[in-house]
Amino acid sequence: MNNLQIPAWGVWAMLGGLGVFIGLLILYFKQNHGLKRPIFASPYTLWMIAFTVLPCILIGYYAFTDANGKFTLDNFKNFWDSNYDMNKELIAMGFNPEDMGFSRGTVNVDTLVYSLWMAFLCTVICLLLGYPTAHIMADREFKLGATLVILFVIPMWMNFLLRTIAWMSLLEDNGLINNLLEWLGIGRRQLMYNTEAVLLGMVYNYLPFMVFPIYNVLNKMDYKLSEAAMDLGCNKWKTFYKVTLPLSLPGVVSGITMVFMPAVTTFFIPRMLGGGNTEMFGDLIERTFLTANNWNVGSALSMIMMVLILLSLGLLRKVDPEGEGGGMV
Amino acid sequence: MEEQRLINLEHISKAYDGVTVLSDINLYIRKKEFVTLLGPSGCGKTTTLRIIGGFERADSGRVMFDGKDISNLPPYKRKVNTVFQKYALFPHLNVQDNIAFGLKLKKAPKDEIAKKVDRMLDLVNLSGYGKRSVDSLSGGQQQRIAIARALVNEPEVLLLDEPLGALDLKLRKEMQLEIKSMQQRLGITFLYVTHDQEEALTMSDTIVVMRGGHILQIGTPKSIYDEPKNAFVANFIGESNIFPGTMVRDELVHFCGTDFPCVDAGFGEDKPVDVVIRPEDILLVGEDVGQVTGVVKSVLFKGVHYEMMIDAGHSTWKVHSTTMQPEGSRVGISVVPFNIHIMHPMQEEKGNE
Repeated sequence: MNNLQIPAWGVWAMLGGLGVFIGLLILYFKQNHGLKRPIFASPYTLWMIAFTVLPCILIGYYAFTDANGKFTLDNFKNFWDSNYDMNKELIAMGFNPEDMGFSRGTVNVDTLVYSLWMAFLCTVICLLLGYPTAHIMADREFKLGATLVILFVIPMWMNFLLRTIAWMSLLEDNGLINNLLEWLGIGRRQLMYNTEAVLLGMVYNYLPFMVFPIYNVLNKMDYKLSEAAMDLGCNKWKTFYKVTLPLSLPGVVSGITMVFMPAVTTFFIPRMLGGGNTEMFGDLIERTFLTANNWNVGSALSMIMMVLILLSLGLLRKVDPEGEGGGMV
Repeated sequence: MEEQRLINLEHISKAYDGVTVLSDINLYIRKKEFVTLLGPSGCGKTTTLRIIGGFERADSGRVMFDGKDISNLPPYKRKVNTVFQKYALFPHLNVQDNIAFGLKLKKAPKDEIAKKVDRMLDLVNLSGYGKRSVDSLSGGQQQRIAIARALVNEPEVLLLDEPLGALDLKLRKEMQLEIKSMQQRLGITFLYVTHDQEEALTMSDTIVVMRGGHILQIGTPKSIYDEPKNAFVANFIGESNIFPGTMVRDELVHFCGTDFPCVDAGFGEDKPVDVVIRPEDILLVGEDVGQVTGVVKSVLFKGVHYEMMIDAGHSTWKVHSTTMQPEGSRVGISVVPFNIHIMHPMQEEKGNE
């Protein structure tokens, strides 16, 4: 991946942008109220246009054109029917592919469903692990809460590729865990290159994104509310599901969003820990772009992903309209 | 009288991280009584309330309720309900569901719940607010809902932790009267915590003055106001002039350079004492007939009365009177023996702590 080269004009553009930004800052401090909002926001607007809006337009352009730049929907058809090219040839030769047993090959759809399923499992596991963790961290009587928060934050300062590779050295045949298992007399076993290892890697990487939104909400909650519930006749469990749980739902919703969305688009982890036996949608997109070098199909795949994410975002907006659970530590 | 004691605290002590907040508290509360725990912040009044409510455990001592030891019962098994300082209403429930919370837990029939909730809303003058969200209510309204939510469970004792602290003065005065009349109508025992002496005087049958984890004095508002046990109580309840003095013999005390006849006895001879005189108990008379003479230093108009500071050489007197003496004029000060309160000096009290 060392072939990334920024063209000279790109560097100049960035430097220019920085210069404009600093100039505007100086102007702002000089005459405080003299500047209009749109002018002041222009560096941000430029940034958004260059790195968010333009790429989106490009994805749209590539997704709806073929290699020659002509409008086509084939890229999306290709998604539903992976054998599309072969089928097209068969049809041209006068055969009906379905009669011949060449039904729609749905490798891509399978990958998408598999990704969604893995993301779902990952979210559920993160929720089951994360909620109790957040609850313990926010407990007033638990003195080590702040330490736990830091322990959860520190791994996030490291690159996730590094963390995944670290897991590999733990799980591999001659890794720490296998050595320990043998020492215990249980014997070595295959820990890597299967679905469970991929899931483990995903849960490990995304767990903090579940813990912190829930922790935020629980931490801000007035403990007098649970005292009031106990006062009115709730035991500990009833206090939890009548007061604490309903009031922490915004955090749960936000945690689910923050885990599920990156989990669907996970890449690299399946390739490393799954050993290429399983492919997820993120890997498929990456492969289509970089290995197959097919920008058009890759863009179409990206668009499908984006629509799915936007739909789930819209759905969650309905549950948590104020975005109360949002925000990280 | 003995069998009317509903709550009995026996030798309650409590410390947080080695700092004593309550030391050897003994207190009983009678049925249908309005008892106020009064004291400055940090005196242990809220901790006492929380121990009765079950939110804190005492380090030693017992909480007796109707003759039974409830020291180790969790809050949900006690026949008391609490009105919290900042109301602690459930934000995810509307007014009606907040009030019905306790009844629903007891699995009361639905129509009965609805009837009781309506009656409670009536009692706190908020009928028709049932469907409103809690956030849409003003502070005073939230306060009423908090009281209704606790009272609907028909507790034997209602604990109120500075419930009016967040309200403005006028609303607070209104609510004081409302809470008092509610208590009289329902015949429920109220245990009320406040740092506001006026609130305590207005509402209580019995006031318990606390400081530094100790009970200083227990009594009716009148007895505490008229016969404060020491200078701290005197100063905390109402305004006072406090002078260091010497008890010459029974019924004669020496302070501010003069001997004053008084009604107290039993302090011994030539013993140091604190002398407390209420500003409204001081008479301003002609210069020649006063026990002490002084110059009027300042005059403040306070509505019902004037507050005058009078400089009498080595002492300054605060005087409340409906007639004004002009600033700079010389006046005589006179106090009738009955209005001179003699107390053991505060140093002794501190030595006990």
